[in-house]
Amino acid sequence: MTGRLSTFAAAMVIARRDFGAILFSRSFLFFLLGPLFPVLVGAMAGGVGQRVQESAAQPELGIAMQAADVDAMQAARAALLPRLGSAFPEFKVVKRLEPAEKFEAARALERGSASVAAIVTGTPEAPTLTGASQRIAQWQGPVSLIAAEAIGRGPVEYPPVALSPLSQSTSSNRGDRLLTAQGAQTLLFLLTMLLAGMVLSNLVEEKANKIIEILAAAIPMDAVFFGKLFAMLAVSFVGITVWGVAGAALFMAAGSAFPNLPPPAVGWPIFLALGIIYFAAAYLLLGSVFLAIGSLATTVREVQTLSMPVTMMQLMVFFLASYAMTQPGSAVELGAVVFPFSSPFAMLARAAQNPTLWPHAAAIVWQTLCVIVFVRVGARLFRTRVMKSGPAKVKAGKRGFFARLRPSAA
Amino acid sequence: MAGTSTLDGDRTLAIEARGLVKRFDGFAAVNGIDLTVPEGAIYGILGPNGAGKTTTLRMLLGIIEPDEGSRRILGAERPHDVAHAIGYLPEERGLYPAMKAYEAIAFVGALRGFPLAEGARRGRELLEEHGLGYAADRQIRQLSKGMAQQVQILGTLVHEPRLVVFDEPFAGLDAINQGRLERMMRTLAEKGTTVIFSTHVIAHAERLCDEVAIIAGGKVPFAGPVDIARDRIRPQVRLETRESDGAWRKALPADARKEGRFWHFSLPESGVEPLLRALIEGEAGILSLSIERAGLHDAFVAIAGEAAARALEENGEAEIMK
Repeated sequence: MTGRLSTFAAAMVIARRDFGAILFSRSFLFFLLGPLFPVLVGAMAGGVGQRVQESAAQPELGIAMQAADVDAMQAARAALLPRLGSAFPEFKVVKRLEPAEKFEAARALERGSASVAAIVTGTPEAPTLTGASQRIAQWQGPVSLIAAEAIGRGPVEYPPVALSPLSQSTSSNRGDRLLTAQGAQTLLFLLTMLLAGMVLSNLVEEKANKIIEILAAAIPMDAVFFGKLFAMLAVSFVGITVWGVAGAALFMAAGSAFPNLPPPAVGWPIFLALGIIYFAAAYLLLGSVFLAIGSLATTVREVQTLSMPVTMMQLMVFFLASYAMTQPGSAVELGAVVFPFSSPFAMLARAAQNPTLWPHAAAIVWQTLCVIVFVRVGARLFRTRVMKSGPAKVKAGKRGFFARLRPSAA
Repeated sequence: MAGTSTLDGDRTLAIEARGLVKRFDGFAAVNGIDLTVPEGAIYGILGPNGAGKTTTLRMLLGIIEPDEGSRRILGAERPHDVAHAIGYLPEERGLYPAMKAYEAIAFVGALRGFPLAEGARRGRELLEEHGLGYAADRQIRQLSKGMAQQVQILGTLVHEPRLVVFDEPFAGLDAINQGRLERMMRTLAEKGTTVIFSTHVIAHAERLCDEVAIIAGGKVPFAGPVDIARDRIRPQVRLETRESDGAWRKALPADARKEGRFWHFSLPESGVEPLLRALIEGEAGILSLSIERAGLHDAFVAIAGEAAARALEENGEAEIMK
């Protein structure tokens, strides 16, 4: 004797079937390979961009010494430049100091121009280099060489350069975190689009197989929706795990050659946890819309026709979230956070840039509510639109697609 | 309460529907249907395509909700509450092409709450019992249409439901498999399972059903035992005479018509004896006279009207052509 299935148990039956079917399908292989293409394109574009950036925005070395010393250092650099080429950083005079005037390089870096990556202070006999540790280590030699030339001792004796490392300059942090936010948003966008497309194809295939009526007769339509959505979510987590393992292996193999992504404002563990939650929310929101579309369409062609506006809308939402990321605290950012489709993207970017956590709790509650509403509406649309019988199809074919939005009798 | 069937006099009802209405774009596809299906019966829903059979079944099963009216299925107002006790074969057959035959049976059972592992075991058994054991591990896409349909029928039964609903179950089956399905339905009914099926082929309903509902134009002009449907029209007389004309012709009722050598007419209300007496006294020269009880087809014509009957015949012919 069997017992009545709860909605959850029914959703599990659907999810288990879909999960197994998708995991062992060719489309999952493509799903796994999917991110390779944007990564390749991104790497190529990034390489070009990096060169452009390197040539266009060479970081400058600030100098804050007494006026005579500044002049001596600049002259020394100018004298050495023809012989040693572009290895020598450009000097930007931050301040010509009065005798006995004190100067706080770290504070100046916080307030100063983003292009000044470090500041050399003290005297040519005993220079001090303040800035991000990686940068000042790189410039220690050239500064010593310039200082030696400035005091007329080079190449016999090189004055020692004292290093005053900062964890990272503020301006650099802001810019780098923007990079992290941008990367996370792009990854989220690609993943959700890929998955929503897959769940749509899955539903259309189901309709083509005509099994949907068997499902509708046995279990609540909400369960079908939840089952399908969560199966694909589970599939995506398998994919993410595979990518994570592959990425970690690559990172370990590449070691220091691997690009070092700047840490997000909330820290990596929380950022990753939020990333998973926002990914789930973004996917469930978009997936529910695509499932509702799937309930209206009967052929792949119709699916393409109908999903195109949604894809375009999602692209615009992505652009909105990307723009909002550069305008923290603005009305645009608030709008992107509140609008359900852009909310996960905007909040993930916020997590990369801003350490405050409570807005994330509020956003998660809001997004969960939206997911529930969207899935319910999608399920209702499906239930009312999808159940059509044979003869109606013939008529519908003659009347065109929009007439088919209205169900008919057998 | 779910699972407790309702009573109608001394009968236990598997299905009780009152005034079901379903409109699509203002058009009433089903327009006030009443149905009472006793438990353990084989019940036919008879009507031409477009009459509202599928819509009625979908409302009974909760696939679509009626705009008006109420229904109780195995005592439950919400069909999904007793989904575990129902088996359903929709008109549009469908299974996952990549699934193996036994997996497909188990999956359909799992949707009804039957444990998957047990369903897989039972699926293999059912396939074996029905001569399809060799195909148990074949994917659905590798099966013929008829075999896939049989697999789906077995999936409908794997969880041993109390109520089985078949929508046009004979469509797409060859004559041999139609016979097998008829036997299967009888066996189910003998075990106490209620079987409902829709069809536009009257012969199946006539052979199988205890009761029928005739649907035409979204309404049910008749619902009840097949015998009562047949008794709705008078027995038909077929008469062959030696004389082509004479005083005996006055004994024939108004609906008498001659087809070839035979006269056909309804038996007069006065019975066969006055008719015989009049024919003999009128010197008709009776060569043969037979009285046939009306068939379900004749009953359908009488109840649903000539137009519906014509549509039914056209559908039936189209089905045979398939």
